[in-house]
Amino acid sequence: MSGFNFINPFGVREDPGSFVGDRYTDNFSRKARRDTIVLNLGPQHPSTHGVLRILVEMEGEYILRAEPVLGYLHRMHEKMAEVKTPWQFIPNMGRVDYLHPISWNWAYVGAVERLAGIEVPERAEYLRIISCELNRIASHLMWWGAFVMDLGGVTPILYAFEEREKINDILQIVTGSRLTLSYFRFGGVSTDIDDRFERLTREFIPYLRERLKMYKALVTDNIIFRRRLEGIGPMDLDLCQRYGATGPILRAAGLAYDTRRDIPYGLYDRFEFDIPCGPSNDSYGRYLLRLAEVGTSLDIIEQAIESIPDGPIKIAKAPKANYKLPAGETFFAVEGGRGQVGVHLVSDGGQCPYRIKLRAPGYSNLSLFAEAAKGTLLADAIAILGSLDLVIPEVDR
Amino acid sequence: MELSLLSFVQIIIACLLIIGLMVGNAVIMVYIERKAAGFIQRRPGPYEVGPRGTIQAICDAMKLLGKQLFIPGNVDWALYFLAPVLAFLPVLVLFLPIPFGKYLTTLQVDDGILLILAFAGLGVISNILAGWASNNKYGLLGAARAVAQSVAYEIPMIMALLAVVFLTGSLNLTAIVERQGTWPWEWNIAYQPLACFIYFVSLVGETNRAPFDLPEAESELTAGFHTEYSGMGFALFFLSEYANMLLVSFVCATFFLGGYRGPILDGFWWTFIKAYAVMCVIVWLRWTFPRVRFDQLLNINWKWLLPLSILNLWVTAIIIKFID
Repeated sequence: MSGFNFINPFGVREDPGSFVGDRYTDNFSRKARRDTIVLNLGPQHPSTHGVLRILVEMEGEYILRAEPVLGYLHRMHEKMAEVKTPWQFIPNMGRVDYLHPISWNWAYVGAVERLAGIEVPERAEYLRIISCELNRIASHLMWWGAFVMDLGGVTPILYAFEEREKINDILQIVTGSRLTLSYFRFGGVSTDIDDRFERLTREFIPYLRERLKMYKALVTDNIIFRRRLEGIGPMDLDLCQRYGATGPILRAAGLAYDTRRDIPYGLYDRFEFDIPCGPSNDSYGRYLLRLAEVGTSLDIIEQAIESIPDGPIKIAKAPKANYKLPAGETFFAVEGGRGQVGVHLVSDGGQCPYRIKLRAPGYSNLSLFAEAAKGTLLADAIAILGSLDLVIPEVDR
Repeated sequence: MELSLLSFVQIIIACLLIIGLMVGNAVIMVYIERKAAGFIQRRPGPYEVGPRGTIQAICDAMKLLGKQLFIPGNVDWALYFLAPVLAFLPVLVLFLPIPFGKYLTTLQVDDGILLILAFAGLGVISNILAGWASNNKYGLLGAARAVAQSVAYEIPMIMALLAVVFLTGSLNLTAIVERQGTWPWEWNIAYQPLACFIYFVSLVGETNRAPFDLPEAESELTAGFHTEYSGMGFALFFLSEYANMLLVSFVCATFFLGGYRGPILDGFWWTFIKAYAVMCVIVWLRWTFPRVRFDQLLNINWKWLLPLSILNLWVTAIIIKFID
């Protein structure tokens, strides 16, 4: 026989001084009871969507304790900002959150513009809103498919990809790329839209509204799906605010806080749109809320594409590559698909920013997981994790 | 039944044919399943290898044969290798009493369904062994789920089949088919719709197929009890899963769908058509529904299927006693 230990097969610490696994596992399992299992979800696990790692202590299938371990996709974007000029740093922003890159584009470009006092032409503002909202829909659709896949339904993700493909086709016309979009420039956007863009966008809006009805019939009203989500992982308003959760999670908890409405940026105050809020703070409420937000984004795109004014898409004296930021400090926040995306920028007047802080919504939202997962079943914890809509590169930055 | 040399040779030949059927079924089912999944998900499915991707499954099988058998550290190797073999072996016995055609039964035994149910219970032992021996926490959780699920779903399954046995008065599968008529409204599904429904739900649970695929729930347990198996070890589990699916479909066809009898031209083709129709429904379910949670799975069984099946059995017994 090999070294199989029948008494103690899962490496429970025999000698209190011994070291188990890596430092995280060791710390975590030191606090674990002897009759529980310490399970390592990730970093390579089908439902952590990337390289998130979660340590859970389980009694049977019930989770007693959960602890996310971060840093497997840490790419030093903040440090890179200190050694790159603003121009060189724009492509980085497309890579922080690969599902909603336009929001990060906007946060960084907006911060630089605010510091430098650059005014953006009206047409460019409209183009920003249209591209950002299209991208938000793509992000939500991707989440929808992945979330249902976490619950065991494999088919919806391919339907979601079909819609996302159409959005990618539209955004490809102006941005040239399909995943890590870098569309924004200081004082405008890179490319103007053409007739094809307008036509495809106009066609897309009624098409998606029809598809959303199909989503409801196929998934939202499914009895298995509802039983899996209703009442699972409630996150009340107090908890959300203590951990700094934003975006759909906060709104599902009942607070209609949306950066587009509460700290207006761009020209969002010109459009009629409602901020969906509620209906419940459990996983099912968060699910319904995100689908409602797709409708909101469609409303905004519809209004913007109808009323887009003519004019330049860039200011005449756009900052050049050797542009020096004025000394100062600024913060610019936009509403991303996952919550409030913020860029805090400090400049000492040099070619590169002195320090930059990226405020990722996913990082704050993930903090709620440990609280919400306590006492749930493993399958529920997966559902809660999915309902947080995490993008790991954004969490780790 | 006496075991003469002739019947012994018969059984050997039949076993070889059954192995052929199992392998052929796995190849065909993989193709059907992938094409059906492609159809449901609005994509072409396999189409590169061979005409319309028909030999894709064979290529996959060759790949699995050629793969290294990777054995993780600290496994109990005897049990680790025993588990896939044990998953595969009982399936041979399971097909013996199935009446494919009127005279196409390997083993005419009077307790045919009893034999099938007895050996079908062995499958779960291989799951426990696989989960335990592979020294993996996901594997162990999957094995624990497999036991609870299999024990739970066997009971309503037996109850549902028992209702049909009450109607027929025999455990012999050929007798059960012979009692049913040729037209769909003369089949047992018309007399025992509730039993048929309970049996169908239980067979999905029994074969660990979605939405009841909890022992190998991918998004929770990566692959459940066969997480640590690769190459042929995995292939044997895979093969036995499809063979079990075929078996329960054959039993379903025999008990509820009139077996080899059909509106025109009785014969073994009707058994196959009906069994594969049932399998297509199982495939359809898998690609449509999300997975239930484990406590919900057990609740469905103990709170709904079991009382309903007992009630069904009672009503059947009373009707037979007083009316027939």
